[in-house]
Amino acid sequence: MAADKIFGVHGAALQLRSERLGVLASNIANAATPNYKARDLDFDRAMEMVREGDDTQEAMSETMGYRIPLQPSMDGNTVELSTEQTLFAENAVQYSTTLSFLEGRVNSITRALRGE
Amino acid sequence: MNVFDISGRAMSAQLTRMNTTASNLANARTTYSSEAEAYRALKPVFRTTMEENGLATVDVEQVVQSDTQPTRRYDPNNPIADNEGYVWEAGVDEAAELIDMMETARQYQNNVQVLQTAKSLILDTVRMGK
Repeated sequence: MAADKIFGVHGAALQLRSERLGVLASNIANAATPNYKARDLDFDRAMEMVREGDDTQEAMSETMGYRIPLQPSMDGNTVELSTEQTLFAENAVQYSTTLSFLEGRVNSITRALRGE
Repeated sequence: MNVFDISGRAMSAQLTRMNTTASNLANARTTYSSEAEAYRALKPVFRTTMEENGLATVDVEQVVQSDTQPTRRYDPNNPIADNEGYVWEAGVDEAAELIDMMETARQYQNNVQVLQTAKSLILDTVRMGK
C-alpha cells in the first residue's frame, strides 16, 4: 500500500491504539457489573500480526484475552480500576506519541511538496 | 460501537443507579402501618452488552426491589400505628445507600474522564497535518 511507504507502521499502530482505547473504555464502563470479565489485547502480538499483513480487526480479535485480577472480587467482576485507569492513560499517551510521529511525516512531506 | 457509545451508556446506567439511591434515601425512615406496604430499597441490575470485537458497554436490565426488610418499631403515638402500637419503617439501609452513592459518583467520573481523553485524542487526530 502506498500509505504504508509514507507512514510506516504508525498508521496501523494508531488504529490498534484506538481499538485498545475502546476495549479499556469497556472495562471501565463495566466496573460495577457483576460477573463482567475485564479484557485486553496483546498489543505486541497484534502489532506483529499487522506487520505480517493481517488487518487490525483480525489482529485485535486474535490477541484478545482476559485480564487476570490481582484480587478477585466476590461478585465475579474482574475489573480493577487502578489497573484499567493506568493502562488507559498509558495507551492514550502512546496514541499521542504515534500521532506525533505521523504528524512529523505529514509535515515533512508537505514541506517537500511545497519545495521548501 | 465507539468509545462515546461505551462511556455514554455507562454514564446513563450510573445515573439510573444514582436515581434509585436518591429515591431510597428520600424514603428512608418513612413509616407505614403494615409490613406489606412499606417501601423497600430499589436496586438497578446492571448487564453487560457485548459486541463481537471485544467492546462492551453496560445497560440497566431492570430495577428490582431489594430484600432489605422493613423494621418494626414500637411507636404508639404515631397516628398510623397498628392495633398493637407498632409502625413499619421503610427497608432502606442508609449507610449502604450513601456508600453506593459515592461509588456511583466515582464511576460516573471515571467514564467522563474516558470521554474527555478520547475526545481530545480524536480532535488531535482530526487536526493532524494542519
